[in-house]
This record gives sequence, C-alpha cells and structure tokens, in this order.
Amino acid sequence: MSTPPLLRMTGVGKAFPGVQALTDVHFELHAGEVHALMGENGAGKSTLIKMLAGVHTPDSGTIEIDGRPVSITNPQRAVDLGIAVIHQELNLAPNLTVAQNLALGREPRTRLGLLDRSRIRREAHAKLDRVGGGIDPDAVLGTLSVGMQQVVEIARAVAQNARVLVLDEPTAALSEAEAQRLFSLVEEMRGAGMGLVYISHRMEEVYRLADRITVFRDGHWVGTSPRAELEPEDIVARMVGRTLDDLYVRERHDPGEVVLEAEGIGDGAGIGPVDLRLRAGEVVGLGGLIGAGRSELAQLLFGAQRVRTGRLRVGGRAVVNRSPLDGIRNGIGYVPESRKEQALFLDMSIRDNVVTTGLGLDQVSDFGVLRRGRMTRRVATQIDALRVRCSSALQRVAELSGGNQQKVVLGRWLAIAPRVLLLDEPTRGVDIGAKHEIYRIIDRLAREGVAVLVISSDLPELLGISDRVLVMRNGAVAAELPREEATEEAVMLHATGVAAGSG
Amino acid sequence: MTETSRAGKPAPTTEAAGIAPPRAGRPRFARLWDRYGILGVLVLMIVLMAVLAPNFLTFTNVFNIARAASINAILAAGMTLVILTRGIDLSVGSNLAVCGIVSVLLWTAGLPSVLCVAGGIAVGALFGLLNGALIAYLALPAFIVTLGGLTYLRGTAYLLTDGQPLLADDLGFRLMGSGFIAGVPVPVVVMLGLYLVLWFVLRHTRFGTEVYAIGGNPEAARLAGIKVKWTLVRVYVIAGACAGLAGVIFSARVMSGQPTAGETYELDAIAAVVLGGTSLMGGIGTVQRTLIGAMIMGVLSNGLLLMNVPYFYQLIIKGGVIVLAVAIDSLKNWKRA
Repeated sequence: MSTPPLLRMTGVGKAFPGVQALTDVHFELHAGEVHALMGENGAGKSTLIKMLAGVHTPDSGTIEIDGRPVSITNPQRAVDLGIAVIHQELNLAPNLTVAQNLALGREPRTRLGLLDRSRIRREAHAKLDRVGGGIDPDAVLGTLSVGMQQVVEIARAVAQNARVLVLDEPTAALSEAEAQRLFSLVEEMRGAGMGLVYISHRMEEVYRLADRITVFRDGHWVGTSPRAELEPEDIVARMVGRTLDDLYVRERHDPGEVVLEAEGIGDGAGIGPVDLRLRAGEVVGLGGLIGAGRSELAQLLFGAQRVRTGRLRVGGRAVVNRSPLDGIRNGIGYVPESRKEQALFLDMSIRDNVVTTGLGLDQVSDFGVLRRGRMTRRVATQIDALRVRCSSALQRVAELSGGNQQKVVLGRWLAIAPRVLLLDEPTRGVDIGAKHEIYRIIDRLAREGVAVLVISSDLPELLGISDRVLVMRNGAVAAELPREEATEEAVMLHATGVAAGSG
Repeated sequence: MTETSRAGKPAPTTEAAGIAPPRAGRPRFARLWDRYGILGVLVLMIVLMAVLAPNFLTFTNVFNIARAASINAILAAGMTLVILTRGIDLSVGSNLAVCGIVSVLLWTAGLPSVLCVAGGIAVGALFGLLNGALIAYLALPAFIVTLGGLTYLRGTAYLLTDGQPLLADDLGFRLMGSGFIAGVPVPVVVMLGLYLVLWFVLRHTRFGTEVYAIGGNPEAARLAGIKVKWTLVRVYVIAGACAGLAGVIFSARVMSGQPTAGETYELDAIAAVVLGGTSLMGGIGTVQRTLIGAMIMGVLSNGLLLMNVPYFYQLIIKGGVIVLAVAIDSLKNWKRA
C-alpha cells in the first residue's frame, strides 16, 4: 500500500428507527480528486454527507483520514479534521457583510476586546483571493447572487484549511455563468490537492468534473468507476437498478379538438399578448429562459394573476378567470413550480392535501360537513393510480420523498378531473425513477383527453414528452416548434433571441 | 476498530430527522408526549395541588375552577382559530367589555333576556367582522388591526358607561353566570358546548380544513382555489363572537356592565392557546388542547389562591409556568432538528 487515501470509509452502516439508511458502504477519496457521488433521492447520499459533517455517527464501519481512524462526533470535529460541507441551503448570515461572514465564529479582537474591523476586512481580502476574488468584502451577503454566496462559503471552507470539500448539488440554484465559474473553482481546488466529493443529478457536470463516479442505491454501494469507463446510461442503470430504455413516455394518439384557446392574453405589463391553443390529448411544452414569463402565463390562464388583455375560451365557451377558483371551475388545473412553497400543506395528511381544492372540498362535503368515506375513496384512487409510496393516506406529506410529494400534488388535480392541466416544472427536484413515473402519468392524462401544458427548463425532458414546443421570450411566445423541428438548439436559439428574425 | 460504541445504542431518537420521516420513525414515548404531554401536565398539576392545597379536590372547588376558567377558555377557543391562520386577535378583551355592557344596556332598555344575550354576541361578531375585513381585504397586519381594536373598544366601553359600572340587580340572564344545569355551572356547560362545536367545525367541516390549509401555506391555499380572504373573515367573526359570549357571561356573573372588564384577557387567551401547543406559525393545533391549556391556567390560579400565595407571587409563578410549559414543548422540536 502506497500513501493512504485522504478519506476512506469502510463497511459503514447507519440505521434510523424503521429505516436502514446505509448498509456496508465503501467510499474512498484521494487528494487532488473530484469524486462524484450519485444516486436517487433516498439512496443514502445525504446520510453519508451528514456522517462526514459530524451530524450523524455511523452504527458500524470505520472512517479514516490519511489512514488513521477517526470518529467525527460533532460538526466542530469535522472542521478540525479538515472536512467542509457546502450544503444546498447555504450556511451563512445574509444580513452580514461578506467579510463578517468569513470571520464568523472566529472574529479577531483588538486588545480592548472590541472587534478588529480592519483586520476582518484585510483577512477577507486574502481569503477571497484564494477563490478567485472579484467579490467585495463589504457587500452585504444577501445582496449577492446565490452563486457568489456559494463562493463565499467555499472561501470560508478553504480558509479553515479544509482538505475534504463536499459539494451537495452546488449548481442547483446557479445560472449558467455562475456554474461555469464554480467549475473552474472546483478544478483549481483539485489542482491544489484538495479532495472533492461532488454530488449532482446533472450528468454533464459530472462528466465534466469527476475523476471517479460512485453510485449508491437504496443505501447500498453499487460501484465506483473511473469516469472514462462509464457511459451515462450505465450510471442511470446503476442508480435505478434497471435500464431505463426509454425515460420519456409518449404513447398517445393524435390530439383532438381545441380545449383551451387564448387570444391576446396578457397582464398589461410584461406578459403577453399571447395566443395559445391547447388540444385535447395533446402535451404542449413551454420552453424559454428563466424570467421569460412562462409561469406568469400559466398563472394568467389559471386565474392566479389578473388578466388585463385578451380573451380565453375553454371548451368553446368564453370564460374569465378572476381567481384560481374560477380557473378550477372552468376546468383548469395548475401545478405550481415550487411544490413546498406553493402547493403542499406539509403538516397535513396526504388525504387532506388531495381533497383541498376549492372544488374538491365541494365534492367531498355536504352542506360544509366533510364525508370521510368520500375523502378516503378519492384518495385511495389517486394513491393507486399514481403509485404514491406511503404508509397510509393519513401520513403527513412532509414525510414523503420529493417524487411522492409531487404525485400528491398531481393527485389533487387529477381528483377533480380538469380538462386542461398546466404543469410548471413538474419534475424539479424529483429523482429519476419518479420522473419516469410522472412522464407516464402525463402521457396517460393525454390519452384520456386532457390538454396538458408543461413548463420545463430541462430541455431533454421538454423535447422528450411534448407533441409541440412553444418558446417564450420577454413575455411573448417567440416560436412554435412542431415535434420534428424541436431540437435543443432550436429552442435555445428562440429562447435567447438569436433567431429573433424568424420568431 | 469501529464506532459502534456510541451509535449502537437503541432508539437514537434525536437523529432521525435527517433521513427517516420525523414522526413515523420516532419512538413511542415521543409520540405519546406529542399527543398527551399537555394533558399529563394538567394531571400532574392537579395532583400537586391536591397534595399542597387544602380543599382543592372537592366537588365545589372543581366547579369553581372550571367556572373561573370558562371565560378565558371561551376567548381562547376563538383565539385558537385565529392563531391557526397565522393571525392574532388582541382586541378580544376589550371586545368582551363592550359586549358585556351592550347586553346589560339591552336589558335596561327592556329587551327579553334571549335578545340581550344574542345582542351581546352579535356585537362581538360585528367587531370581529371589522377586524377580519381589514386584515383580509386590506391585507393589514392582524397585530396592528387588533391592537387598534384593543384600544378603541376599551374607549367605547368607557363611553357607553360613562366610566362607571352599569349596575343591573334584576338582570334577566344572570343565570348565564351563576346558574346550574344538572349541577354543572352554566358557564361551564356553555364552554363545553362551544368547544364541542368548534372541535366539530375544525375536524369535520370544509371550513376547518380551509383554516388549517391557510395556516399551513397561504399561497398554496390560494392556488388551490380556497377563498382565503373570506375564510379569514369568518375566523375573526368567530373570535369576536366568542368575545361576545364571554362578555355576556361576565356581565351575568357580576350582574353589571363593567368598562374595565376583560383587561389583559387577550394575553391569557393567547397563553392558553400556546400552552395547548398550537403553533404561532399557524396550521398546527386543536381546540381540545387549548381547553387543556386554559384549565392548566385555571388550576394554577385556584391552587395558588387556596394556598394563600400572595398575589404578586401568583403572577410571577403563572408567568414562569407559561414560559416553562412552552419551553418543554419546544424542547422536543429542538431535539428533532
């Protein structure tokens, strides 16, 4: 044996009441290596990170740093051992300046015991230079972009002499430019001899950065291979435990008559006027950059935002949606972008979440009194049809995985049988197995004659499931692409306005 | 070498949150505490008082406690709904005074008892409607709107009585305060009836589901087509009606309209709700637990009184118990996090 690896985990296991989170897991990280850790949600990645961060201690197995066994019993111990974890939610104070954040917890004092502000600022400069600079130490952290905040957090880790840096889905909230900057920073840190554990669902990133790739499934180690020896399909197969020969599902027939027809719809400000037709049994993709007005358009159609211009017809009948309840009564359903902030009642049961719509509550109550039998039947139908994995219909929604939570949101709308369903980023934050199931559900709905509009920033998904693609730019529909012409390039050209002349 | 020594212990209760469903994975004791902990505190307190205070556990005294606590409990019932929607109603104490006075004024004006009682409750509901409309439709903060209510309703109470108690020795509905039904004091019967109704409303009606939904996630409720504003208005109307009911009982009990009635009662009501474990963040809580919270406060007051604890100390102990109870309650969340 030559030099021992920077970090080695051997036979590590961890159980929580009722759940075996990790079983006999092996993981090695060398200095100067980017090691990607992949797996579906619930595969055990978070548990592993939390062990490294000192949040959880393993039930069995050993963790070695430089070949010496260590026990990481608390977060401070992790810092002392040179382990830093950059979580998806950043661990900084948004109301303080960059310099104050970098000094947090170890502020230098003057001889009088007061804060040594000039030294805090001086040291901040030095720390920021090590990660590329370009950030003003006096800026209030909350005013920086998420990407910049992340760089600050990395600077803090580097300043604490971290040798093992864990990045948990670092690009989830970054723009393309910010992500590029992060990638070069990652490469720099690798060059400087740090070991990086890189967790991401995004294949391109993993292929761009990782030296080796380890896949977990259901709390088990599935395999570790050098990047060059793995095809993306192999990784997916390892993650889901089977080959997903066709991730996207499209088994429906030709669309029927027009169900929703919008003419010149707009909010009188930045959105519209938009003309739009959705046919029964059709899945229409709505692409575009973030901020192009896709969610706003969906909310205008649904009645969640005030329509100032244009006309709307559903099923041939002119309608005006002044509120979401109007939209629902006129046969429209809307699955918003953020399921936790805009859709779910996390402390309520699956059953109550499914029945809670203006119309759903009408249907399960008589004179305002809820009928449990009807509620139970309704929920059971959706749980079966959508294959929601739960212990019972009375389980709290907060306890479900992201994919199952999203199915509950879908179930809420399916239960009231809308004619038009507007889905805003329906697979965001959902693991690949659940994505596939959601595509099946969308396809099934289309086969049953629902008109579906899907907003997605995931281009392969948008192209994979749509019958045609609309591209929005600056609040208007810039292009309509039939399935044959819808390529990633074409969508991006119209989304960014490069193809403006043709739009 | 392994690290089993520490983590191999059974039931690592505190660490489940990371991956396992927090509640499903929690050991039985924690779940029992979640559900019945506050009831245990009440029982413990009763046992303690029974040992310490003479005559505590007598038939008469038990009813005394319940009757004394009933007004706070009635205010707290409405307050529970308000807090469930992430709101607060600071005006209920002053509203109580106005409604009590109105019911006495109606009596002196010659109206039959039933209309006096109904009138008092209706006035309370009306001020609740005003609160609710300002909060829901003008999107004003509940704290400010009802803080204003606390002040202008107190002023109204003084204005209606010219600052003097409004005596009514022949008050027709005095049984609302001092009567008995089958040996149980009327205020206690009314209180229990109210809680039964609100329990049913929260648990078995669509309105109840809407209240929890709005408290849990107002934006999600709106996007699900719930009439958020209208539901909020109804919640404040209920809180106002509860204040009206409490005011009528108060007046019946003292057979007069008191302009100073109900001062700081809003704080006791909030304390009872919080003692019962209802989250100030909204969406979590039940009225039955609020009732237990109100009873804990009642038992404490009564016990301290029987033990001849000086009033100043009573206040200090009561305040301490409230903070302590909430601290114990939040401890379980803290361990989980």
